[in-house]
Amino acid sequence: MKAAIIVFPGTNREQDMGLALQAVTGHAPHMMWHKDSTLPNCDLIVLPGGFSYGDYLRCGAMAAHSPIMRDVIARAKSGTRLLAVCNGFQMLVETGLVPGALLRNASLHFICKQVHLRVESNASPFTSSFKAGDVIHVPVAHGEGNYFADADTIKRMEDKDQIAFRYCNENGVVDESANPNGSQSNIAGVFNDTKTILGMMPHPEDSVTMPAKKYDGRKIFESLVGSLS
Amino acid sequence: MKAIIHVTLKKGVLDPQGKAIAQALHNLGFDGVTDARQGKFIELDVAANTTEAQVKDMCDKLLANPVIEDYRVELRSKS
Repeated sequence: MKAAIIVFPGTNREQDMGLALQAVTGHAPHMMWHKDSTLPNCDLIVLPGGFSYGDYLRCGAMAAHSPIMRDVIARAKSGTRLLAVCNGFQMLVETGLVPGALLRNASLHFICKQVHLRVESNASPFTSSFKAGDVIHVPVAHGEGNYFADADTIKRMEDKDQIAFRYCNENGVVDESANPNGSQSNIAGVFNDTKTILGMMPHPEDSVTMPAKKYDGRKIFESLVGSLS
Repeated sequence: MKAIIHVTLKKGVLDPQGKAIAQALHNLGFDGVTDARQGKFIELDVAANTTEAQVKDMCDKLLANPVIEDYRVELRSKS
């Protein structure tokens, strides 16, 4: 599987994502600068975490209009897998490729900790190695990860099986006490309606290799490799 | 000419910063404050023939996020 990671001014998680992809696929991904105009041939595009453009205006708003994004959006619309993590998820919602928006955490605190996620759907190239209902352990690190969409939109997404992950406790119970940031319906990650795009606030790339204690994030990358073979 | 833009969170969208501001005002003894909403103020220097429709287009494409925000636009000639 060939991957391209897009690097913006202020991006700082591209190396971790690169290491995770290399560990699982055996290939070093292309690192693409946001001012490039076209992507190389690839099976997966990644929008990584960080603080693109210093979070000016709104997190991800400026990056969503960077020159390379025209090609990213065109490829994603034609079916190339797109994984968007943390600040990448914030960019993704700004492009409109998935519904919703990411607000300031309800607590106003920057949250950096391990969380549990319940896999809501395994009918996607990102989650096919899981069983629906699996509970996984991955870290979050964000100040603006409070997922918002209006009730009609959330209903529509649920009907189309577009919710990828929800924050839960270690037993898989989704409730307010397991919600780190105030996200609507505990939503931690969502798909587009054809499930070729995944946006998520938690960092699966942080639980792929040492020194992570658990390697639950690895299955997302293994699912992607499996979906292409 | 100047374009004056106010961007605010839509009704129904949680505004934790506004809540924190209201709480801080209460702590200072301003008991009459019942709510606070925080937004953004953007001032653009624009060509004299700029229309309101053009500024709204800027808001829709970049300055505001229609999923969570409303905006108000005003054009003022420089005095």
